[in-house]
Amino acid sequence: MAMSEQEVLEKVSGALVEALDLDEEDVTREAKLSADLGAESIDFLDITFRLEQAFNIKIPQGDLVPEGVLNDPQYVQNGKLTDKGLAELEVRMPHADLTEFKQDPDVGKIMDLFTVDTIVKFVQGKLAGEGGAS
Amino acid sequence: MRWIWIDRFVAFEPGRRAAAIKNVSLAEEHLHDHWEAFPIMPASLMIEGMAQTAGILVGQARDFKEKVILAKIARAQFDRDVVPGDQITYQADIANISESAAATTGTVLVNGEPIGRVDLMFSHIDQNLTGTEFPEENFVFTGQFERLLAPFLEGGDA
Repeated sequence: MAMSEQEVLEKVSGALVEALDLDEEDVTREAKLSADLGAESIDFLDITFRLEQAFNIKIPQGDLVPEGVLNDPQYVQNGKLTDKGLAELEVRMPHADLTEFKQDPDVGKIMDLFTVDTIVKFVQGKLAGEGGAS
Repeated sequence: MRWIWIDRFVAFEPGRRAAAIKNVSLAEEHLHDHWEAFPIMPASLMIEGMAQTAGILVGQARDFKEKVILAKIARAQFDRDVVPGDQITYQADIANISESAAATTGTVLVNGEPIGRVDLMFSHIDQNLTGTEFPEENFVFTGQFERLLAPFLEGGDA
């Protein structure tokens, strides 16, 4: 049976609270993992492990945080993403909301794309892709 | 003084779990100051003991191909003081392991009784920092760690 969005949010929230030592109230949908919740790169790996366990899914490296985009001169020029880069990001991160980022596609701001909402959508995508396995 | 905070492995299941013991002795220098009137094993060094136990477990699981370094202390909790004469056991389990990182959970026992939990994350830095220069010797897995592990990996049923 497919998991409801609320259930997904609860489990994602649980994983974030554990990984980042937060209070439940800190985890709002718009909260940015790095800027607001203090997540560092090792925390993203911790979160990935906990999501795998919570949802019984596999998250290969590069799925949640795309690799090979930031160091490709086709995609990044002078510290900003090119049109090609943005297009690539849209393909690789269907779970993220790129509207604000597109206004100023500064490489330094790329981590702001990872909000709680992004994670929820990412997990939903995974669950749907795996036939809605619970 | 050598930076080794485990004395002997007592269990080793490659890729899964390991246990190592550490004997706390009044002859150890750090106890003379911590604290002079009431010597107790510093929690930071017990975390290090677990990190060495779990780090070797993780490193061996990937054939020591990479430098495994402690990247995050997810949890460290101790319920009582550990004093000279105690024997600490660090039991570590691999919770998750990937190309770039590993997560371990662990129990700290004293004289057989559980007294703490230490959960850690390690980074496989050869995978994460390509191109960065590091000293030639694999500074984490030195000879003395290899000697600790030898009885378990040479076909013995230790």
